Amino acid sequence: MIVRIAGEGQFRLPDEDQERLNELDNRAVSAVEAGDETGFKELWAQMLEIVKADGNALGDEELLESDVILPPRDVSFEEAKAEFTGEGLIPD
Amino acid sequence: MAGLGGRMSTVIKARISKMLDRAEDPGETLDYGYQKQVELLQNVKKGIADVVTSKKRLQMQSTKLEQSVVKLDTQARQAMSQGREDLARAALERKTVAQTELQSLDGQITELEKQQEGLIENEKKLRTKIETFRTKKEVIKAQYSAAEAQVQISEAANGVGEQMADLGLAIQRAEDKTENMRARASAVEELEQAGAFDDITQLGGGQDDIDRELAQIGAGSQVDDELAKMKAELGTGGDEAPQIEQGEGEGK
Repeated sequence: MIVRIAGEGQFRLPDEDQERLNELDNRAVSAVEAGDETGFKELWAQMLEIVKADGNALGDEELLESDVILPPRDVSFEEAKAEFTGEGLIPD
Repeated sequence: MAGLGGRMSTVIKARISKMLDRAEDPGETLDYGYQKQVELLQNVKKGIADVVTSKKRLQMQSTKLEQSVVKLDTQARQAMSQGREDLARAALERKTVAQTELQSLDGQITELEKQQEGLIENEKKLRTKIETFRTKKEVIKAQYSAAEAQVQISEAANGVGEQMADLGLAIQRAEDKTENMRARASAVEELEQAGAFDDITQLGGGQDDIDRELAQIGAGSQVDDELAKMKAELGTGGDEAPQIEQGEGEGK
């Protein structure tokens, strides 16, 4: 799967990560809805960690669409309220 | 897809499908797509240039504040050496305000610099992708049938479109942040205009009593003489008080 971190670039991740990201994404949505900023920041850090650990940066000359677009790395909790809603970034 | 990804890809896909509908043959679509990409790249460059301009403006303001801090500090020392604790206090109060503003301004400049670097890096990526698209479109035109070409075009165009949208979003974000900084910067300017960081010996309109008092002290030997006389009368004389020196960078 191809994941983009907004403002940063695209990464190629093994498909298995989709499920892990999805789970964290769902929990992030719950945290945002509950107004739990600390919880959200932790989950967000875990999502970024997966991309960092498993992802290989796509070359600039590769013209591919991303399967998932994550918000900017330094997303604020206020911004997250607009992004992590409903089904989240990754719909079930 | 919901959220950010959803919104962005919807926008891109709408653009691409419009592009595909418009053209009668894939070759034309490709050329049109490429032309659009190059056009949008110009907008992107302008957006980045705006961020750079905002940063420069903040830097200029920061330099001015730095000068005020130095000047007010010098003046506080001069006032103190003249035994004018009240004036020294007034100068130090202004210096504190200027320093606080300076700190916050410098923090904002650092943040803008970081954003600027990110945008430039991002723009480089986009330029490479557009260049790749240019090469690829010639290959597609030459080698594929119309139906096959459509698939190839969508994929390549979406790849570029996503990068484009991402950079657009990053610029938007930088601009929003800059907007907040601009509001902050004009607040500092208002303080400046109200004389909050003025040279305490400066003459000019809108002065308060302290300003006038200080301006008179700095006015020259006549005042010095008068002061010395006053001190003598009051019996606080003793050694000759040191002359008030002109502050460094006076009149800048």
